Amino acid sequence: MTAELPLDPAVVARARRLAAKAAQPVVDLARSHTTVSVERATLRLAGLTGADPDGIPWVNRLADAVQEQVGIDHGIALPVFHALKDYPDLDRLAHAAAADGVRFTLPEGHAAETAREHARAAVLHGFDRIDRSRSRRDELVAEIGDPPQRPWIYLIVATGDIYEDIPQAQAAAKAGADVIAVIRSTGQSLLDYVPEGATREGFAGTYATGENFRLMRAALDETSREVGRYIRLTNYASGLCMPEIAALAGMHRLDMMLNDSMYGILFRDINPIRTFVDQRFSRQVHARAGIIINTGEDNYLTTADAVDAAHTVTVSQLLNERFAHEAGLPDPLLGLGHAFEINPEVPESFRLELAHALLARQLFPDAPLKWMPPTKHMTGDVFRGNLLDGFFNLAGVMTGQSILLVGMMTEAVVTPWLSDRDIALQNVRYVLNACAGLAEDFHPPKDGFIANRANQVLGEAVDLLEKIVDDGLLNAIADGTFGIMKRPADGGRGLDGVAKRAEDYWNPATEELDRTSPDQDAEPMEAAR
Amino acid sequence: MSRIIRPYGDTTGDGMVQLSFTLPVPHDKRAEGAALQLAAKMGLDGAMLVHAKGIGEGYTFFVVYGASTHLVNLDEVKVVEKDYPHLSPKEVNDAIRERLGRKLCVVGACIGTDAHTVGIDAILNIKGVAGEKGLEYYRELRVVNLGAQVAVPDLVNRAVDEEADAVLVSQVVTQKDAHLHNTREMAAAFREALPPGRRPLLVVGGPRFDEGAATELGVDRIFTRGTTPSDVASYLVHRLVTSREDAA
Repeated sequence: MTAELPLDPAVVARARRLAAKAAQPVVDLARSHTTVSVERATLRLAGLTGADPDGIPWVNRLADAVQEQVGIDHGIALPVFHALKDYPDLDRLAHAAAADGVRFTLPEGHAAETAREHARAAVLHGFDRIDRSRSRRDELVAEIGDPPQRPWIYLIVATGDIYEDIPQAQAAAKAGADVIAVIRSTGQSLLDYVPEGATREGFAGTYATGENFRLMRAALDETSREVGRYIRLTNYASGLCMPEIAALAGMHRLDMMLNDSMYGILFRDINPIRTFVDQRFSRQVHARAGIIINTGEDNYLTTADAVDAAHTVTVSQLLNERFAHEAGLPDPLLGLGHAFEINPEVPESFRLELAHALLARQLFPDAPLKWMPPTKHMTGDVFRGNLLDGFFNLAGVMTGQSILLVGMMTEAVVTPWLSDRDIALQNVRYVLNACAGLAEDFHPPKDGFIANRANQVLGEAVDLLEKIVDDGLLNAIADGTFGIMKRPADGGRGLDGVAKRAEDYWNPATEELDRTSPDQDAEPMEAAR
Repeated sequence: MSRIIRPYGDTTGDGMVQLSFTLPVPHDKRAEGAALQLAAKMGLDGAMLVHAKGIGEGYTFFVVYGASTHLVNLDEVKVVEKDYPHLSPKEVNDAIRERLGRKLCVVGACIGTDAHTVGIDAILNIKGVAGEKGLEYYRELRVVNLGAQVAVPDLVNRAVDEEADAVLVSQVVTQKDAHLHNTREMAAAFREALPPGRRPLLVVGGPRFDEGAATELGVDRIFTRGTTPSDVASYLVHRLVTSREDAA
């Protein structure tokens, strides 16, 4: 049980209503558009895999051919499954389409009905795989068990080579990690295709591919049994291929995915509309797959000031929550992010951190909050860094955070060495062991510094949400409200892959997802309209 | 004062250093012996093994203290001395307004696959770094920050379109020497696209660059760790305003 802040329930309710209102135009936008990646994800669910000799996936070759001939605004499922009548399977159709040998048309009448049935059946196979992965996870957790403590300890591996990552991940799990994140190769977010197969060369990370997912999950299943707790695997559903990566993650039983509503827009300059459309689909898939999403509010604080911009984190959490609920994600799958990024030179910085962390804890009591370590104020002074990480761990324990990303004192110096990871885990273990139950004794006074600061941040968040409702979220993003990045709705990468859905748009995957992933809060929706 | 120095522990001339490292062997007597032998080979006299701990399977972490047998002659130390006066934001603005008579245009980017904008943002964003405001804060500078993962041809085109006086590139990712390859590629692209008189000043920055390698990499200046926006602004004024005037 964590401390209770004297937040006014009416203000909290108002913040949620405003977030729903601010999100609504974007939700409408996401529902009325499609993207090349949503359409390719549909083909992946229908079972199309593999790549041509240049490494371009067949889903890209097939979707590109359809886009060129009939566009994607009707959804590509009907043209594809209509054309499929002349081919034994999707593979062969994709090969022929890549060689310019297929004429795609939008079928009508009886032909359309036949294509629709085939498309539905094929895509349901993909959802079956996702459903089976989800039940398998439930079985394994029941059989092997969850970590004995909260927060779960989250560690990153990033060698660039999946076959190096595997032993490192297994070693990290044996050393105490409950969650392993495989960092992606720098630059993957801007690839408009998902690389294929096991990969051994990446920059500062390893490519997210279906095969890499499968290999790592299998290795961690083995380790889970050895260490007696189910080790969760994390990757990134972000960038230009967010929907496809979400589908691959669901089918290969990943357990958590980084999936922020605005990260790609702000930090990768991906077109805002592309991002919101892709994100809604990917979140629906995550909801279906029982995958915990991790949002990226920590990143705002690395560019903006962590005290001045504290309320932008709250605003983003509320928006992320609303977008996630709308896409069918319940609270237990909402790993909302926040971070320990206040300049340590600021007086009372630790008390401010406690206030911000408690505010998030109390606003989202059922969400597995992800607590991110200091990065911005880490210097080459590894001794000071280790101390700062200790305070970060302490704040995490005192405020009941759910997932703790282990801070490295060599942040900003090198990618973590084996010894860095060991020292960092020692730091976490010391704090967890020394004060696991401290939250019980920690009750900041109702009119004290921490309570007042939390209320101030909440108040500023409400003010900013009001402004966003008035200006529109897309304009707020264009004006640099979040993380100081200015991103206009008609700029950024990937806009050419976005299309407004035609009247007769049809996609068997979105049809299934809309049916099975109901909005988690019916009431704020009504209030928002 | 002597120009010959040794590390300082708690007594002048004691030469004491501390170091930590991991050896790929399980923790036992032999591992500890190996650590001490390594320390001796690194030039540590009377090395003390103060901490040894097995980590993972088959690795041991060590902390060693010892007296370094090496000496450093300060007269033989080579550094890139700062060859321009340091100016305040006001002095930068005044110099540009009075002596250039127009705004000075700076285009900044992270090139190649580097997505880490922390360096370029620290220098350019109004937010700045280390208590200093970034170049966007300077009234007489026009800053165009292209952000992360900008392709070199796009950077060149934009610099031409904006008639940039200077191009600032930040490179944080250094795996497989990506920062060096990217910098060379960028310098070559500007040389190809523009004749010498019209080429913007090329400035790169990042924590792992060697300040002395500017000529080798084909750029005008390299900034490393600890650089603040006013360092960069002072340099730009020195090269683009003051020294050009002096030469004219």
